Amino acid sequence: MSVVLQTRDLCKSFGGLMVTHNVNLHIELGARHALIGPNGAGKTTLINQLAGVLAPSSGSIWLDGHDITQLPPHDRVRRGLARTFQINTLFPHLSPLEAVTNAIIERQRGELSVLQRRFFPLTHRRAELDEAHELLARLNLAQDCMKATRELAYGKQRLLEMALALACQPKVLLLDEPAAGVPEAESDELFCVLSELPDDISVLLIEHDMTLVFRFAERITVLVGGAELVSGTPEQIAEDPQVREVYLGKRHA
Amino acid sequence: MSEITQPVSTSPGPWWQPLRIRERWRLAEIVFWLGLVAVYFVFPKQLLFGSQILITGLFALSLDLILGYAGIVTLGHAAFFGLGAYTAGLLAKYGVHDPLIGLVLAAGAAGLLGYLSSFLVLRGGDLARLMITLGIALLLSEIANQATVLTGGVDGLQGITMGPLLGLFDFDFLGKVAYLYVLGVSFVLFVLVRALMISPYGLSLRSIRENPRRAVAIGVPIRARLTNIYTFAATIAGVAGALLAQTTQFVALDVLSFQRSADLLIILIIGGTATLYGGFVGAALFLIAQDRLAHLSPEYWLFWLGILLIVTTLFLDAGVMGGLLRIDTLIRRRFAGWR
Amino acid sequence: MPRDRASSKVPAVLSFLGVLFDGLAYGALLFLISVGLSVTLGLMGFINLSHGVFAMLGGYLLVTLMDRGGWSFAACLPLAFVATALLSLVLERTLYRPLYRSTHLKQVLLTVGIIFVAVACATYFWGPGQQRVTLPQALRGRLSAGGVDLSWYRLFLIACGALITLALIFGLERTRFGARIRASVDAHRTAEAMGIHVDRVFQITFAIGSGLAGLGGALGVNVLGLDPYFALKYLAYFLLVVVVGGPGSIMGTLLAAVLLGVADTTGKYYVPEIGPFVIYLAMIVLLLAFPHGLLGRKKAL
Repeated sequence: MSVVLQTRDLCKSFGGLMVTHNVNLHIELGARHALIGPNGAGKTTLINQLAGVLAPSSGSIWLDGHDITQLPPHDRVRRGLARTFQINTLFPHLSPLEAVTNAIIERQRGELSVLQRRFFPLTHRRAELDEAHELLARLNLAQDCMKATRELAYGKQRLLEMALALACQPKVLLLDEPAAGVPEAESDELFCVLSELPDDISVLLIEHDMTLVFRFAERITVLVGGAELVSGTPEQIAEDPQVREVYLGKRHA
Repeated sequence: MSEITQPVSTSPGPWWQPLRIRERWRLAEIVFWLGLVAVYFVFPKQLLFGSQILITGLFALSLDLILGYAGIVTLGHAAFFGLGAYTAGLLAKYGVHDPLIGLVLAAGAAGLLGYLSSFLVLRGGDLARLMITLGIALLLSEIANQATVLTGGVDGLQGITMGPLLGLFDFDFLGKVAYLYVLGVSFVLFVLVRALMISPYGLSLRSIRENPRRAVAIGVPIRARLTNIYTFAATIAGVAGALLAQTTQFVALDVLSFQRSADLLIILIIGGTATLYGGFVGAALFLIAQDRLAHLSPEYWLFWLGILLIVTTLFLDAGVMGGLLRIDTLIRRRFAGWR
Repeated sequence: MPRDRASSKVPAVLSFLGVLFDGLAYGALLFLISVGLSVTLGLMGFINLSHGVFAMLGGYLLVTLMDRGGWSFAACLPLAFVATALLSLVLERTLYRPLYRSTHLKQVLLTVGIIFVAVACATYFWGPGQQRVTLPQALRGRLSAGGVDLSWYRLFLIACGALITLALIFGLERTRFGARIRASVDAHRTAEAMGIHVDRVFQITFAIGSGLAGLGGALGVNVLGLDPYFALKYLAYFLLVVVVGGPGSIMGTLLAAVLLGVADTTGKYYVPEIGPFVIYLAMIVLLLAFPHGLLGRKKAL
């Protein structure tokens, strides 16, 4: 199995505090990989380093066999690495259609001429608009696609969060707690979206919702105190005494 | 283009129709520009003042690009205006009498300064940006103040003579040729800017303003875009300054002043940001009001301007254009059922 | 302010020391006026461009009380502090507070508006000219020390600056209220969660800071000058001191103020043609080199 995203001895410290401890993560092609761990374990910090928003103190990050450690975030997106945010990070006054089309056109930047990108109206970009509409339809957002984002319900916004990342046609998708704040009843819709993701996209999922994790993931890594505690299949993780100790306390180990 | 959601459309066009509606030239826009042409005939004695309003409107448009669309707060935009003015003035004084050549060169100078300073401006957050933009403008202002040989210092740059426009039309005392010159240049630049803002490029700028973190996360190269728009805005500000120098044949030290940058900010806020017309509307209101009130006494004007600012920021929001657009949306909703 | 260069009998070193001394006094004034801005900016992130108006208030109050009321210099100073502090609270409640969570643009616009109103009112009540204060006998004249002539008044200013710095540091480090201020600057929400009334802390801090500005303005009438455009003329300087020193840091503000005071005075003395040019250049360079300020917090500005 080929490894599509990996970190080598990734470390990050803020002053004296070490938040990422020699992490060696391997995401395989087509993976459904979940990253779990107690609060403060450094999961979002790790995602931020993978995405390029935070620079690691030492170690390296490799995408498709290329060292991307020095690459700025927007270049990583062009290489096929997209992420979502734990808290909705959207464009309040843009409509979902505009937001997604923006992402698609950005992706297509190389194919379009300067005139097309800068001097012809947005509506001339039919192909990109259609693709955006289609993507939104797949995520059940088509009927709301022209409203301003801030007018959407929270659950819809969460789906838009995902749509924006998918619009980049990523090879690797980093999902930071997509179910955060989504009530039980609606998390099924989320799971549908996740399970319908194409096989050639590799997914790293951070989640606290264990039902979602165990339904979705084929491989789980447990992160505690910034370091990898254990990695394995869902069954292995469920049985692992150390994991139990971390989540349930010493007596249950 | 505006911060208000797309106008409601009940017409059965393709689903992207509302976007298209916003992109098309509205009747009001055409009326606006035709009206400006009509001013030439209707107010032949006020054309110098009219040129001033247009120039200030163009200057405000350039600020709208970086403030309204890219979200950069600056207190030093006058730097580019002043540089354009002094460059055009000096060129004309020392041999380059053709207005258009002077204009292009002045625009280039301002654009170059914009490009170089964009690297400074894009570091740090709002406060650092404010400081740096202020610093650059103050720096230039000091240089202009000191380099009396070149700029005339406090007395201003004089001795500017302009050749005929396009080799055919001499600038006249009533400012008639000047007005058409300014109107022509403004219109051309406006069309350019408008096309830019409704294009994908404009959309990406708005996305940067709305949420830079997310824009980065979907692959928008923020630094490059902002540098680009900042340079472009500087160029347009330089054009406005050059027009001022060429049409009044004088450049005063205040073209680089904090007062001018602050006034411009006020003008844009009154008119409304990110609507492209806000700058022109604000400029008209501001300059006409200033003309009426300032010769009562300058303190009187400053006082009421201050009050206006305080009241606007505390209670009002989207400026005149915002109000107009809201009315427009209401009207559309009301009449939508009639189609 | 510029020293008499004609006295070339004085060796260069001593002359330089004299300039340095003047610069320190100037820096002390800048510190007094700017420290309030630094702390409130660090606490609330509120961009208050009208901070110089408080200094103006103190100055005009001093002038009016001494000229019209016949008050003594010594009596006016504490009053300048208190009156400005109280007035600042009124302004804070009515004008500033609604915009704490608002955009920086709006804060800029509001505070610029306040400056305009202040300029207009000052011109109306006191006229457009420079104000001057007759110093008390005790503070006039010079002290001769080791060949250098040091003005008593500037010594006084430096002493005031030093005293107040010590008082502030003591207050911050040793009192409970100081601890609350530090906690609020470092982590606003956490402080609130711990039961600290950040709003109350802020109000008191704001009042003290504005009062100090008023005091600085009063002390500085003869040194910095006082005219209706004071708040605008010195705007860049105050901002520079705060930003370079790092918002929220008292020592940083002191360092930056002293540096700026010395640099400006030295520049004006040795190369008068250049004037503020050097300062603005220095500001840009320093901001680029230290985007968080010399001793500022980790938050980007």
